[in-house]
Amino acid sequence: MKDKRILLSHGAGGKLSHDLVEEFFLPAFDNDLLRSLDDSAVIPVGPARIAFTTDSYVVKPLFFPGGDIGRLAICGTVNDLAMAGARPLGLSASFILEEGLPIGDLEQVLASMKEAAKEAGVRVVAGDTKVVEHGAAEGIFITTAGIGICPEGVVLGSAHARPGDAVIVSGPLGDHEIAVLMARGEFSLQGEVQSDCAPLNGLVEAMLGACPDIHCLRDPTRGGLATVLWEIARSSKVGVVIDEAEVPIGEQVRAVCDLLGFDPYYLANEGKLVAFVPEGKAEAVLKAMQTHPLGGDAAIIGKVVAENPGKVLLKTGIGGHRLLEPLSGEQFPRIC
Amino acid sequence: MNPLPRHDEGRLAPLLLEKIAVLADLPMRLMEVCGTHTVAIFRSGIRSLLPDTVELISGPGCPVCVTPAGEIDRAIALARQEGVTLATFGDLMRVPGSSSSLQQERARGGAIRVVISPLDAVQMAEENPARAVCFFGVGFETTSPAIAAAVKEARRRRLSNFYLLSSQRIIPPAMRALLADGTVNIDGFILPGHVSVVIGKAPYCFIAEEFSLPGVITGFEPLDILEGIYMLLRQRKEDRREIEIQYSRAVKEEGNQRALEVMGEVFVPADARWRGLGVIPKSGLAAREEFCAMDAAQVFDIPYAEVEDPPGCLCGEVLQGIHRPPDCALFGTQCTPEDPVGPCMVSSEGSCAAYYKYGRGNEG
Repeated sequence: MKDKRILLSHGAGGKLSHDLVEEFFLPAFDNDLLRSLDDSAVIPVGPARIAFTTDSYVVKPLFFPGGDIGRLAICGTVNDLAMAGARPLGLSASFILEEGLPIGDLEQVLASMKEAAKEAGVRVVAGDTKVVEHGAAEGIFITTAGIGICPEGVVLGSAHARPGDAVIVSGPLGDHEIAVLMARGEFSLQGEVQSDCAPLNGLVEAMLGACPDIHCLRDPTRGGLATVLWEIARSSKVGVVIDEAEVPIGEQVRAVCDLLGFDPYYLANEGKLVAFVPEGKAEAVLKAMQTHPLGGDAAIIGKVVAENPGKVLLKTGIGGHRLLEPLSGEQFPRIC
Repeated sequence: MNPLPRHDEGRLAPLLLEKIAVLADLPMRLMEVCGTHTVAIFRSGIRSLLPDTVELISGPGCPVCVTPAGEIDRAIALARQEGVTLATFGDLMRVPGSSSSLQQERARGGAIRVVISPLDAVQMAEENPARAVCFFGVGFETTSPAIAAAVKEARRRRLSNFYLLSSQRIIPPAMRALLADGTVNIDGFILPGHVSVVIGKAPYCFIAEEFSLPGVITGFEPLDILEGIYMLLRQRKEDRREIEIQYSRAVKEEGNQRALEVMGEVFVPADARWRGLGVIPKSGLAAREEFCAMDAAQVFDIPYAEVEDPPGCLCGEVLQGIHRPPDCALFGTQCTPEDPVGPCMVSSEGSCAAYYKYGRGNEG
């Protein structure tokens, strides 16, 4: 781009975000732990392996059906740890508060963080607060970091998917992004879609109980399922084939996508995961997921193949096929 | 309108494909006029299922793609004016003008808001009386009734700070221009469903009567499109050239009279410039005189200046179906959805973006 500036699309979690990391952040901080670009870095400490991650949360509006920025800040970081298979040991939380923020809003956010931390079985053990002048922030920005401990023998990573693996999602996709979109009111859409925002460490524990050698776990947040699958296909140098008819998507989410021209495979989720599971263990893992409250609608949606490394192929409902590429820029609603 | 049940897709598609295969003994080049069809065809992988004899060509039916860069420049000039908030459809954010885009203007602090309904812009004007809220109205017949309704609503609410920058176009004159030009070899048209909900069947009849070609007004579900293709092949088999309606659950022969009335109350047909096709007589919509106080082009000092197409960009030929996106030397190299050169790579419904996103490596 001629006149280089940060665009909102750089934060959308798709190809531009990816390019920003590769072009600027990786060269600046380059090291072997960072380079894997997984949700958590796994640091060996003597015989133990410690997972470490951080994430910043900005969302408009602060409160939306199914959650708020506080719940998001706890769940997002717990989930990043969980995707490394790690049991969370503690979180930190830093707040940037905008001058003029109603104290009641802060209280409500904190109460919801407390609740989410309780659900995840984790404590907030460190924190910080800054206040910026009115207009310099959007109410509340939160940054959380988390450390966790990886169980012995559990080694997960985006590069570990192997031909034959089953691809499993833990439930219907896109609820979070559509819920926030509706709550924003910009598009005069109304509906009852609730954000799926939830801590996934319990679900992961149940899955690892059924199969400790799961190859890869990822939570499809910004950029959605398509982007996560593409990253795994690239890192693992394998092909991924997804069967559209098997991918769970709620009726209302589908309707909004049809209306706006959005592709549900690119919508953000905050309480869903994708698992790459060795062939023979898929049914056992699926069963463990389906008996957990956060995996009731889990489904096997595809498999890993040796052909077309780095590519994700979608078999469509009418039996055709197409490539699933990573999100490129923001999804903008179409005109007609 | 009841959407087709998707769970039946897997069962019904092979039956339609079998019927298509039987009729597709000779080559047939079909143009899908509408960008929504282009995307639906890619998303459902229809090309990968059709016999080689059936070729699908994308047409000029993406409103963003046919908007000349000069009109984007005009919107940018408007957004740069003191006290102006520009409301626009999201699709237009990334379209490059001659030196900037609305997205880049927003990053520099320009007051630019994405809306999906023109009425949202009217609401915005009411809530911000100190600002001039200008709606950049790009679109086809599908959107024009809503834009007309918004203009009327702004008048009803007596808003003096709502303006329309009209960049609306109507489809049938562009199809006539395309056929009259004769460069593109087309054997039939998959006609746009949404546009036809508004205008009905009559405006397309010249295609059959004057150019002796078949057309089928088609819906957007994969099964709709397969059935539309089948109906076009069947017309050829039976030696008919007619305009038929596949999408009968939404489209009436006479269109939507109420929508056409509202459009007529606010707009009159006017000559319009199309990217790739040049100026086409009576292919646009301008505000009627009684609404000229809301016409941003008249109220603000934003003269129109012609912009040369970027060197090497084949968008013009792509829009006419003369070239396919991969034929362009810039495609996928200098021109990508992140950093587009031409508008067909920008819009989610543009042929180049659809080819780039869904088609690379597995197009039929």
